[in-house]
Amino acid sequence: MSIIVNNLSKYYGDAKAVDDITFEVHTGEILGFLGPNGAGKTTTMRIITCYLSPSAGSISVEGHDVHTDSLEVRKLVGYLPEQNPLYLDMNVLEYLQYTAQLQNVPKPLIPRRMKEMVDGCGLGEMKHKDIGQLSKGYRQRVGLAAAMIHDPKVLILDEPTSGLDPNQIVEIRSLIQALGKQKTVVLSTHILPEVQATCNRVIIINRGKIAADGPIEDLQRSLHGGEKILIEIEIPDDQTFEMVSIQVKSVPAIETVSLIDQRNGTMKLSVETSTATDIRKELFHLCVQKGWGLLELHRVQTSLEDIFRQLTSDSVQ
Amino acid sequence: MNITNIKYIFQKELRSFFNSPVAYIVIVVYLAILGWFFVSNLFINNISTLRTVFEMTPFLLLFFAPAMTMRLISEEKKSGTLELLFTKPIKEYEIVTGKFLAVWALYFFTLSPTLCYYLTVSILGTLDTGAVIGGYLGLLLVGAVFLAVSVFGSALTENQVVAFIVSLFIVFTLFILDKILFYLPTSIAVVLEYVSIDYHFSNIARGVIDTRDIIYYFSTIGFALFLATNVLQKRRWA
Repeated sequence: MSIIVNNLSKYYGDAKAVDDITFEVHTGEILGFLGPNGAGKTTTMRIITCYLSPSAGSISVEGHDVHTDSLEVRKLVGYLPEQNPLYLDMNVLEYLQYTAQLQNVPKPLIPRRMKEMVDGCGLGEMKHKDIGQLSKGYRQRVGLAAAMIHDPKVLILDEPTSGLDPNQIVEIRSLIQALGKQKTVVLSTHILPEVQATCNRVIIINRGKIAADGPIEDLQRSLHGGEKILIEIEIPDDQTFEMVSIQVKSVPAIETVSLIDQRNGTMKLSVETSTATDIRKELFHLCVQKGWGLLELHRVQTSLEDIFRQLTSDSVQ
Repeated sequence: MNITNIKYIFQKELRSFFNSPVAYIVIVVYLAILGWFFVSNLFINNISTLRTVFEMTPFLLLFFAPAMTMRLISEEKKSGTLELLFTKPIKEYEIVTGKFLAVWALYFFTLSPTLCYYLTVSILGTLDTGAVIGGYLGLLLVGAVFLAVSVFGSALTENQVVAFIVSLFIVFTLFILDKILFYLPTSIAVVLEYVSIDYHFSNIARGVIDTRDIIYYFSTIGFALFLATNVLQKRRWA
């Protein structure tokens, strides 16, 4: 077990930022931390990285407690903070060297590690520039390079792809995925597709509590009992939505039928079932039987957005 | 204690002094002001002494020490880079010590050109070398106290102006103490005299190196750095 978080709470004065959360992360796992603003993601990450102390509860990283064995934890963890603070008056190489020194990288290894990071994060052309002159995307790469310079066992990345352009995002994601095979990666993000693209497990955190925890597919299955099917049909002009709806509902297990779009004799419907039964075949037979032209028929997966909104909507009230 | 960590912080801070205009402005302005006072008095008084250097420097330091030091920690707080330092395997006192030594080294660089005055005056007349050595030793120690106190001031706040003013206030208080002693009853005066920085400096500047003075300097420096470390630790374990 790489990271063990036990009954962790953190108060800022009276405000509860993190409220009694417990989870574990295994080596080789890429954990996505999701949640609305102010949910406690950054606070949790700051406690794991020893920047803040927990008010209650305990955390151990690779068997080292963050409170009693803080220096060991900090040696093992690579951390990219949320706002990606950097020394703007240093150039990229100076900064990487400084970070490597402070992370106790053995002196003879430092030049090699620096070169690997510069190459791996695509900083070759910028390595002699002052960080203050770099664009946000390049600064983000510098932050990532610095977080990984000592080849840490555990990587904590607070919004690693913010400020990057789509190409860079893809590069960084694949970098994270490659790293995640041997390391433990915890990343937080607002961008839901990012979690789907990189993480093999998600923790949704809301108001300091864990709202959901598990692989994305499990979450999709558990939160959405029934199936959702999208169907587009060609029908005679005299048929109205009400008439079609009644006929569609004759198929067992269908709960709701709603109209998405209607034009030029075609109709797009969204059909939801109450149980997880596949009714696509029944719908096909229905179309054949009624003589409707079947243009499109597919199962809609509950997106992470839906799960996210379902679990965190109470905070928007 | 991990000397290597202190060394890394020291190197980084010293480099950033010389990568920015800070070091050059401090050195040039200090030498310009001191030079004016030194040269204008030297021939009028017609005495071969470096007294001007030893009398003016603590006074200039009142402003220079807070100015040299104010960004050391407060800037890290403001820009968030303190989060980087705090998540590295390095202890707070190593950060504070490294930074203090870096700014003290900058002060060495600032002071060293005044050795030209030593050469000039020793050619023109006979200098009391003992007093000169004592004077420089005293300046280094007074500077260290002022800088250590200012490091503490910088640790208190993320605002550099506030850091400057607070440091100036503390340093000024330490400096002024023995000038207001005769307003006070003797029982308090003795204590305050011991705390006063100038009292100890005047001993050393005469060429008298007394362990009591040395102890005073090192304990004040140590105490100021200890307080700065505590401020940082509180920040983390709040």
